[in-house]
Amino acid sequence: MTRIHLGMPAPPGAAPAFPDAAEHSTRDTTLRNNLRHATHTIRAKRAAAVAELADWGELRAAGAAIKDHTLRHLDHYLEQVEAAVTAAGGQVHWAVDAAEANAIVTRLVRETGEREVVKVKSMATQEIGLNEALAAAGITAYETDLAELIVQLGQDLPSHILVPAIHRNRAEIRDIFRTQMSRWGRPAPAGLTDEPAELAEAARLHLREKFLSAKVAVSGANFVVAETGTLVVVESEGNGRMCLTLPETLISVVGIEKVIPSWRDLEVFLQLLPRSSTAERMNPYTSMWTGVTDDDGPAAFHLVLLDNGRTDALADQVGRQALRCIRCSACLNVCPVYERAGGHAYGSAYPGPIGAILTPQLRGTVSALDASLPYASSLCGACYEVCPVAIDIPEVLVRLRERVVEGGPVTVRGTRAVIRPARGHAAERAAMRAARWAFEHPRALRAGQRLASRTRALHPRRLPGPGRAWTRSRDLPEVPAESFRDWWQRTRGDRGTA
Amino acid sequence: MSGRERILGRVRRALADVGEEHPGAAARGGAAHAGGEPGRDGTAPGGAPRDGVARDYLRVHGERTAAERVGLLATHLADYRAHVHRTDAAGLPGTLAALLAARGARRVAVPEGLPADWLSASAATPVPDTPALTARDLDAVDSVVTGCAVAIAETGTLVLDAGPGQGRRQLTLVPDHHVCVVHVPEQVVDSLPQALERLVPHRPLTWISGPSATSDIELSRVEGVHGPRALDVVLLSADASPTAPPSPR
Ligand code: SF4
Repeated sequence: MTRIHLGMPAPPGAAPAFPDAAEHSTRDTTLRNNLRHATHTIRAKRAAAVAELADWGELRAAGAAIKDHTLRHLDHYLEQVEAAVTAAGGQVHWAVDAAEANAIVTRLVRETGEREVVKVKSMATQEIGLNEALAAAGITAYETDLAELIVQLGQDLPSHILVPAIHRNRAEIRDIFRTQMSRWGRPAPAGLTDEPAELAEAARLHLREKFLSAKVAVSGANFVVAETGTLVVVESEGNGRMCLTLPETLISVVGIEKVIPSWRDLEVFLQLLPRSSTAERMNPYTSMWTGVTDDDGPAAFHLVLLDNGRTDALADQVGRQALRCIRCSACLNVCPVYERAGGHAYGSAYPGPIGAILTPQLRGTVSALDASLPYASSLCGACYEVCPVAIDIPEVLVRLRERVVEGGPVTVRGTRAVIRPARGHAAERAAMRAARWAFEHPRALRAGQRLASRTRALHPRRLPGPGRAWTRSRDLPEVPAESFRDWWQRTRGDRGTA
Repeated sequence: MSGRERILGRVRRALADVGEEHPGAAARGGAAHAGGEPGRDGTAPGGAPRDGVARDYLRVHGERTAAERVGLLATHLADYRAHVHRTDAAGLPGTLAALLAARGARRVAVPEGLPADWLSASAATPVPDTPALTARDLDAVDSVVTGCAVAIAETGTLVLDAGPGQGRRQLTLVPDHHVCVVHVPEQVVDSLPQALERLVPHRPLTWISGPSATSDIELSRVEGVHGPRALDVVLLSADASPTAPPSPR
């Protein structure tokens, strides 16, 4: 076994640790007001959409069990995906890490002879920094989701999974469109106001030209059905349909945890995802395609299966449940820490509670930012309550905190290793400041605790079925999992030198 | 080593801890576990692992008559701002002509296999769907009229599978106005699980629940970004007026 050191200083240019970024956000009142409005609005609508289904608890348990089963046999299902997609006329590529995935996509685009691609919102390609890699190769990637367009034109970063530009208000968006659209293509219409309908129309006109001329598209996928080789993309605006249908070549970059075994399994996830995400019975558009179809849609289809740390997470008995995530963003909307800190503070494509458990597992807890993320929580448990696949986020947070504080065995890029405690190093200091940040915002903590205690009764306390043995779930203790003060005492209190 | 071998190797090493207490474990063990509990955890025929998932959720959320099912579909379509109309075979050409005229549609895309008489009363110029028809051509078309494969009452969803009368996927995407005809009650199911049973996975599928929409700007909902901004749904019943059968043209 190799021994690696956890307490390395952050590499130059790395994102600031959570508490520094969070401090910055909490002083930004526009951001905080926008976030507060957004999260509270979606939260209330979501509760109503979920309440419509009497069997939500059963669907949730089934969703968790299907994902656990898939992960348990992931090698089998990945091979099945490969066979089914290939049989349907697609090509499958395997990317161990971000660099490999970017190289594969860059090569595939180059082979078409094109210098431009249209993109439909995809967290996997954000995670690997695909746009930047393509730019370095002289290829321009155009984001086509309205919010992603706002983010891209504003030379900004997404701050929410579902509504990535939620930190921008309408006047800011109008200004971005007015000044930036002409640099990327069709300029904003003269006299553009800040009416949402007018702004959406400006985006429609700006992007229509791109859709009609694009020869290559890059997407992600919400689900990949192993049995049939079918990919599923769930969206609202129609930009996804444009990207998936009009170009000649389609390249889909998909994390290996997006696989589900059977066609029938969609009946669970297509009920869980829209209601949990946009609080709709069904989102406006869902596209499903299997390989290529003669005379309908792209003639060439490439599926890039991405690991990039997912197998490292899979190796952890507690942490692996994070791979169930269907990216609905419900956990963001109930998180009192997210509401105050904003999405940017999490320093990755994955903000909020899911980011706090996923990013440190995908990247390791080596940098100051990634070591501080597990502390960006009050452990109030609200995220677990709303999660449609019952990920016990507080449990994983505690596990990752232990890893930062005490070190221990981990899998890093496929190799078993033992990490040393962070004590005395930059990572520890960042982590402690994150903890202090959460501690010093007691209003945020209390809000979360109240919410959790109100909703706890609505959800199963323990995952039934195979999930139990798989995740070694324990009963979720009463709220909070461990009072913050106790936790602080336990981990911070003098226990001698490590 | 290829990326494929490395990823599969990492997956297998990551799962090395998973013991037999886990349902499906026997599937990995193969013959060694043949004497175990094949009924519960064994390998399914064909070597696929059994998932052991309790599917005790509901197939349908409520019992409905056919008429109630169609009514619920109409309500949920309207909830998501589709415009719902009802007619029978005799009234259909007139209904479609009126919907196209109301939008001022001069050119209307027509998928292969759309019944010829549907557009017989419309003054709009039909633009037949052929592989040669490009997205740019379609950008100059005002409306499209299609059928669908199935409609889901509980979610207010139409599913198109590129079958006869539905056309290629881009046909219902590029024009700004989509008129979709649903045969009721035959094409209407209660629930999403029932719809999946009726669909063929290998066909390209488009699920539509209301017109294109975004809430990206301060969460205010705006209808219509890239897909059709107007969605008319015509519920076509065969038996609404037994005295007026389809005209034998
Ligand atoms: S962790 Fe759960 S609630 Fe959060 S985004 Fe993922 S699936 Fe949704």
